Amino acid sequence: MGEPNTAAQPSQEFEKVLVNSSTEVASFDTHDKTPLQKLQHFLHSSPAAVPLIVLVLSLAAFGAILGGKFFSAFSMTLILQQVAIVGIVGAAQTLVVLTAGIDLSVGAIMVLSSVVMGQFTFRYGLPPTLSVLCGLGVGALCGYINGTLVARMKLPPFIVTLGMWQIVLASNFLYSANETIRAQDISANAPILQFFGQSLRLGNAVFTYGVIAMVLLVGLLWYVLNHTAWGRYVYAVGDDPEAAKLAGVNVRHMLVAVYTLSGLICALAGWALIGRIGSVSPTAGQFANIESITAVVIGGISLFGGRGSILGMLFGALIVGVFSLGLRLMGTDPQWTYLLIGLLIILAVAIDQWIRKVAA
Amino acid sequence: MAQEPILTARGLVKRYGRVTALDHADFDLYPGEILAVIGDNGAGKSTMIKAVSGALTPDDGEIRLEGQPVHFRSPMDARKAGIETVYQNLALSPALSIADNMFLGREIRKPGIMGKWFRSLDRAAMEKQARAKLSELGLMTIQNINQAVETLSGGQRQGVAVARAAAFGSKVVIMDEPTAALGVKESRRVLELILDVRARGLPIVLISHNMPHVFEVADRIHIHRLGRRLCVINPKDFTMSDAVAFMTGAKAPPGEAIAA
Repeated sequence: MGEPNTAAQPSQEFEKVLVNSSTEVASFDTHDKTPLQKLQHFLHSSPAAVPLIVLVLSLAAFGAILGGKFFSAFSMTLILQQVAIVGIVGAAQTLVVLTAGIDLSVGAIMVLSSVVMGQFTFRYGLPPTLSVLCGLGVGALCGYINGTLVARMKLPPFIVTLGMWQIVLASNFLYSANETIRAQDISANAPILQFFGQSLRLGNAVFTYGVIAMVLLVGLLWYVLNHTAWGRYVYAVGDDPEAAKLAGVNVRHMLVAVYTLSGLICALAGWALIGRIGSVSPTAGQFANIESITAVVIGGISLFGGRGSILGMLFGALIVGVFSLGLRLMGTDPQWTYLLIGLLIILAVAIDQWIRKVAA
Repeated sequence: MAQEPILTARGLVKRYGRVTALDHADFDLYPGEILAVIGDNGAGKSTMIKAVSGALTPDDGEIRLEGQPVHFRSPMDARKAGIETVYQNLALSPALSIADNMFLGREIRKPGIMGKWFRSLDRAAMEKQARAKLSELGLMTIQNINQAVETLSGGQRQGVAVARAAAFGSKVVIMDEPTAALGVKESRRVLELILDVRARGLPIVLISHNMPHVFEVADRIHIHRLGRRLCVINPKDFTMSDAVAFMTGAKAPPGEAIAA
């Protein structure tokens, strides 16, 4: 059993000549790899490396140009604060994209959840804590509907969430009657809604609870995705759903669970959004879906599913934050930010395709 | 054969709309044997295999494992009962590592609080077992158990899939076209693997179109035609042309073989 080449006698006539054939097995030229190929292999095995490198480079570049104005504890933590909402929504988007789906309704779910939290408190007089739970429930319910349509009705995620985006956003405007709940009212009557707006100060560094929540959430999901069976299933479902199913993964349950969790995380982002802007506004966070997809793509997570790291998403979101703040401090037209982000997106996907060729 | 069959099917029926894929098909697998299943395209052999491996539920008929009736609703049910299947497409996740793939759907968790409350995977234990299984089957040319399956050659991937089945199959291993996509040397390796698995007492169902391979390793050959078992022959008594003639309907099956 140990050495099958010598133990077995070829019994087919045409295989007799194999005895004389070369015994070399296909081998890789491990020593003659060019530095470029080594880089390719390294990037293949560590998907979050590219965005991390880009992040460090952009920090260094803006630091060199702007100096202390940019490299201050205040600016650095300001970037984190500006990225917190996108980072939380991006975590939800990451889960969905890893299953080879896409969720266009994340921003709408976030806003609807925040409106539910506010309106339940101020229109119906529910205790704020209960309203928050209701908001989280509404988010999870929206996600559950997405998941059910994708997993059971077999509708394409793009179409399902495109529809849900419109439906949820319209419900949000209809239900809230386009009414904003003022920040003063919230802080006077229901401060828990602004919980994530509170902050820890360490010198000039300001860490809002929203930032801390984002970091903890990404850390928790990183653990779940990499160190639990459930996390491995998320990757397996996105990689090859047929294979996952035959290997014993309940693909439908996984999809429903992932979309529901995504909705719940979006609702959490809605709560954090109230903390960030102070008020409950049905028009806030309009671009969260596009921004979260941007963070995911720049973060090197494959839109075809099954590949990438949630840490990459966080780095991707931070890259966008660094560019926005850096260019603003330089006093350029904000359109330059969008132009550069657009370039980064295309570059990120091009790099992803190149890394993938290592496998072929 | 005096022994009791380990896996039997009687009167399996499966219809897809107006197409009858299985028309009261029977099937018997005895302990310790390699049973080849051959048949023309569309004869219904994959449908029958899917029925016994749990990938589909037959409309009618009965499946018995060690004499006990079983009803598989999913491949998981069949796996729990001790039937492992190597699918033609291998059912491996390309981006996951070899170890992750071998334990997909039956992960080992860490002992104690980390495993129980934090559901942490015991990577070390899974890697150790995966490594042991692969070396047992002579597949340790793979250096890194953590390399992604997509970086392996076709034969190595087949090896991983076979090792997974052999590692967890306690009663029956089913292999669907294990040599179809492989070169001459790699096919030889897989045939050796199949014989290795039988040497450990596991009966194997081998579905293949490759007559030389079938005649080389099979103890008995189940010929499937038009949705049912046409006959079972002993490869020592018939030639490959006979088998092809039976399965294509060019020749009537031998009378005494039908009952076997």
